[in-house]
Amino acid sequence: MFPAIENQVILAVGLAAIATYSLRLGGLLLATRFPRAGRFRKGMDALPGALLFSLVIPAIVTEGLWGVLATVLTAVVVLRSRNTLAAMLVGMLVIYFARQFEL
Amino acid sequence: MKSELIAGAKANLPVAASAMAYGSVLGVLAAQKDLSWLDMVYMNSAVFAGAAQFVMVDMWTEQLPVIEIALAVLVINLRYLLIGASLDQLFVGRSLLHKMYMMHLVADENWAVTINEQRKRKVSSWFLLGGGIFLYLSWSSGTLIGLLGGGFITRPEDYALDFAFTAVFTALAVGLWQGKKDILPWIVAGGLALLAHQYLPGKWYIVIGGLGGAITAMLGPVETPDTRENDHVSSH
Repeated sequence: MFPAIENQVILAVGLAAIATYSLRLGGLLLATRFPRAGRFRKGMDALPGALLFSLVIPAIVTEGLWGVLATVLTAVVVLRSRNTLAAMLVGMLVIYFARQFEL
Repeated sequence: MKSELIAGAKANLPVAASAMAYGSVLGVLAAQKDLSWLDMVYMNSAVFAGAAQFVMVDMWTEQLPVIEIALAVLVINLRYLLIGASLDQLFVGRSLLHKMYMMHLVADENWAVTINEQRKRKVSSWFLLGGGIFLYLSWSSGTLIGLLGGGFITRPEDYALDFAFTAVFTALAVGLWQGKKDILPWIVAGGLALLAHQYLPGKWYIVIGGLGGAITAMLGPVETPDTRENDHVSSH
């Protein structure tokens, strides 16, 4: 059966989509006006790593010492093997055991 | 172009697996809020942003708070302004139309994978898109499995499925580490992110931490300008 989609859903999701797409494209278009050398460039080079680190750090700290252990092991695996999937699974495994045994 | 599309898809395999895992978590939540599969498909296709979709489903009620939802998504996705800006070098010389086609399927995952790859070799925007398409398919199947599977996993956190996101982005962050010059920016980023996470609502901590780290790097000591920098200036 094909479900009906409500007008308010079309509107809410549509507005959210416009907001998101504007940010994605807007950031790219804005950046063409940025200086390509010097201090500003250094900041832009550091941005992706800083952004990703900020993204994960609260969740790691929330898991406490086990979160730190999971992070260290994830980092070691990805540095040694360059295998992101294996690194992810190792991190999850640590948290899985920590929670299973309520460590 | 075709080989870059495929290379992009392949490189996104780990992040796609993790997106599928927490996509199924979103699907289970969406089922509890009575979203239909069509609502889910529409949201996946139009918004295509994990964290924002979690908040949207969380705010879902019989009478939708349309403006509040749109504003919440705007704030959560502010980081895409920075993500878009950081993709600048991937799109040098590309037309506006090309940029418009490519930017919709940019998520945290394929962005991070592309930036990682860019540190190793010259990458084209098709690599980004290949990852985006693969990610879209994985994310969508994950959400629909969760939605239609009728809560086959009632407590996804018992299986650390919620940590898949953290673990995969930790691995990607490690790949972005630029060495000693990143020490201070990352300390500042992490400190600010933790503070903002503690004291501010929503997802402000991502933008605040990321910007703080970038500004720290900007204020740091400037090495002697090399000739490559001068080339860039003269070509613009």
